[in-house]
Amino acid sequence: MSSALSPRTEQLRAIIRKHKRWDAAFGVLGLLAMMVGVLTLAALFSSMAIDGIPRLTGDFFTSFPSRRAGQAGILSAWVGSILVMLVTAFFAVPVGIAGAVYLEEYAKKNWFTDVIEINITNLAGVPSIVYGLLALGLFVYAFGLGQSILTAGLTLALLILPIVIVTTRESLRAIPQQVREGAYACGATQWQVVKDHLLPYGTPGILTGVIIALSRAIGETAPIITIGALTFIAFLPPVPFAGEPAAGLFDWLFSPFTVMPIQIFNWTSRPDPAFQQNAAAASFVLVFMTLGMNGLAIWLRYRLRKNIKW
Amino acid sequence: MAMTATSGVAVKPELPSGAAKLAEYARLKRQRKVRERLIEAVLLLAACVSVFTTVGIVYILLKESLVFFAQVPVWSFLTDTQWTPLFDDAHFGIMVLLSGTVTSSAVALVIAIPLGTIIAIYLSEFAGHKTRETMKPLLELLSGVPTIIYGYFALLFITPMIQKIYPDLPGFNVLSAGIVMGIMIIPYVSSLAEDAMRAVPMSLREGSYAMGATRYQTAVKVVVPAALSGIAAAYILGISRAVGETMILAVAAGMQPNLTLNPLEPAATITSYIVQVALGDLPHGSVGYQTIFAAGLMLLLLTLFFNLVGYWMRRRFREAY
Repeated sequence: MSSALSPRTEQLRAIIRKHKRWDAAFGVLGLLAMMVGVLTLAALFSSMAIDGIPRLTGDFFTSFPSRRAGQAGILSAWVGSILVMLVTAFFAVPVGIAGAVYLEEYAKKNWFTDVIEINITNLAGVPSIVYGLLALGLFVYAFGLGQSILTAGLTLALLILPIVIVTTRESLRAIPQQVREGAYACGATQWQVVKDHLLPYGTPGILTGVIIALSRAIGETAPIITIGALTFIAFLPPVPFAGEPAAGLFDWLFSPFTVMPIQIFNWTSRPDPAFQQNAAAASFVLVFMTLGMNGLAIWLRYRLRKNIKW
Repeated sequence: MAMTATSGVAVKPELPSGAAKLAEYARLKRQRKVRERLIEAVLLLAACVSVFTTVGIVYILLKESLVFFAQVPVWSFLTDTQWTPLFDDAHFGIMVLLSGTVTSSAVALVIAIPLGTIIAIYLSEFAGHKTRETMKPLLELLSGVPTIIYGYFALLFITPMIQKIYPDLPGFNVLSAGIVMGIMIIPYVSSLAEDAMRAVPMSLREGSYAMGATRYQTAVKVVVPAALSGIAAAYILGISRAVGETMILAVAAGMQPNLTLNPLEPAATITSYIVQVALGDLPHGSVGYQTIFAAGLMLLLLTLFFNLVGYWMRRRFREAY
């Protein structure tokens, strides 16, 4: 057969084979590149699990940090994290959704709207530690809020605000125009359209965005260190809303605190391997929290989307 | 609300006269208008919080930096080769911290740019639907892990691993922090670059295939050049991420100021210096306290520069189809 082919054809076939080899080689390269990411994740989780899981007893969750690694726990850290997240959600969710509704539904196309839009894009690119400096200068010293749960919550709220706004806008944008037009045709005002139609239909997307934003916030370390949060906290803040009415109700907001990432940072930076095991165990819990929140977001979106058909 | 109000009027037992009815409607309409205006104002205020945040950041950083620069001349801040703000013989050469930031970012980019690009090309041009749908969320996980945990990983996993190959590596070094940082920003680079490639019209690929090109040739010679602006913007975003990353470096790279571009040494970066100062207790108003705001201003300017360049690139080199 081959003798029947001219040398020119042979040459062409060789070139084609070469190109096909390149094609296959790149396919393998792509898989290898992805494997780097996947293997890193696997190594990260398994090293945390091997070092950390033996420490994950009930006591670990109910003990305060201690000088002795074996007795130390994350009680003040996880309580602090949850309280800070409460404050963050309380500020970031309403402000973020309201801002998104304004930009998506109300804003006219003018220079001022452009300024806000460019601003939000830029804020999303500002390093988190810069928010920490803002909080240190503004909340801690100018407003005199001190190194409290309120300061930390507000700082993280500002940090995740762009995420909440962007995801809310996306989910509002996905609602068909007919929904708005139908409601207006029935005589609804703009706010009625927003409140009775757009927000309910947008809820799956908004909720997903909020949870993902909070999962980002719960793992943030740098801004909270910058405001000067203490690392050794062997007490709990007052129980929220349980103190004497009026003055005592909000005591917890002004309490010193620690959060999970700071506890991990503290333990990681000690040379004693026993503390590093604690860090692994606490990291395990923190990863579980963030990934759990992400999983919840995906599940919620799936569940709630099923009920909406355009 | 208004609907129920008007129907409430309609079912009243004794119907008011025409004029009274009109007056009632007019009143309701006015009320409704006022309420709508109020709500719009509240929503506008919420949208402006982001502007206030930016103004707040710029104001605080400038205010504290100005106090700092009143004591330390800008020139020596930019040219001094020592960074010893807490010593008696204080030197404030930002170059020292900048060198740490540049080195660590360079290591991260050496990892993130090739891997991110390859993954983007693979997912956009080679992978089937199913592979893409499983691999994308898996890779996104990389950017969802809290950075403090990456710091732990770099210090206690990557560094010992490299030390097995190269035993002279110190326990704190820029190399392993940079590697982990690079892996962390892979998804940022790959997903933006992939979006840019997927936006390239199908007709371009079909033209290329019709000429007998392979997938690899189509990807490298047609799709990538057509998506170049978006890919470049993805790189720029990656740089901006790397420059602003804090905890990985604070944990794994040591926090000692070191004017070097050698990733095998420990070094402080702009971000890890801020963490270090915040961990100690410097009195409010001292020069040491103000240095972190000057460092923060430097950091903000750097990231702002990269963000603007990325924005400009996307505008400037966008191919119109």
